[in-house]
Amino acid sequence: MANAETQRTKPRPLSPHLQIYSPLINMVMSILHRMTGAALYVGTLLLVWWLIAAATGPDYFAYVSGIMGSALGLTVLFGFSWALLHHMIGGIRHLIWDTGRGFDLATVNTLSWGTIILSLGLTVLLWIWALAAKGGA
Amino acid sequence: MSTTLRPTPGPTEARIRTPLAKARGLGSAKSGTDHFWLQRMTAVANTVLVVVVLVQIVRLAGADYQTVRAALKSPVLSLPLLLLVLSGVVHMRLGMQTIIEDYVHTEGRKVVLLMLNTFFAILVGLTCVYAVAKIAFGA
Repeated sequence: MANAETQRTKPRPLSPHLQIYSPLINMVMSILHRMTGAALYVGTLLLVWWLIAAATGPDYFAYVSGIMGSALGLTVLFGFSWALLHHMIGGIRHLIWDTGRGFDLATVNTLSWGTIILSLGLTVLLWIWALAAKGGA
Repeated sequence: MSTTLRPTPGPTEARIRTPLAKARGLGSAKSGTDHFWLQRMTAVANTVLVVVVLVQIVRLAGADYQTVRAALKSPVLSLPLLLLVLSGVVHMRLGMQTIIEDYVHTEGRKVVLLMLNTFFAILVGLTCVYAVAKIAFGA
């Protein structure tokens, strides 16, 4: 028992962890996939808020619309839309990998770079469209 | 994946055991591949539904109350939206469960967080359903 006590205070050796490795694109995409997933989890509250506002009445809807249309609101929504598209495209990459294909280094790199380029590109296009639609309305 | 079912080499006893025995036992978590499968199935559903819903919500950017209400009353938006909420909360609950299990190693804290995770997913899901139903069926 006394022996077990002393062993517990002595730190056990650990295997090299994340900070040891220089970041590789597939590793960064893996981390971003989890981070965007977690962000979307919290971000569902934005959808809840918007739907509740629409269900409540014109005054409260105008209030929520105002906040979401403010500079801060638009920034958060921009981040939310990027997280959504990034997680979606990253998810498709994982579904490809689930079939057992695309595990050679060249394909892994192409899929990983493709994920970030596509997600950023599509987000910008989405917002150009959204702002144009808003301007036109 | 094309894993061939072949007996494990070794002593006679071990050799007649196929991977089927493990599959029947459902592995150490006793839930087999349910988590994996449900995560993938909802992922595929989410991909389609996100595109259908996002296109319509972007069109509502800056729209007034009446326009948004009319859009949410229409099953063209409300149905895929509710399907996305259903598939989405199942997917995000599974994802957050994995995150909790990866990073939280204190048993008590882990159990509490897993419970809160389920509560949150159900709360988000039912609140969305309530709001959309109120708009769709309300005056």
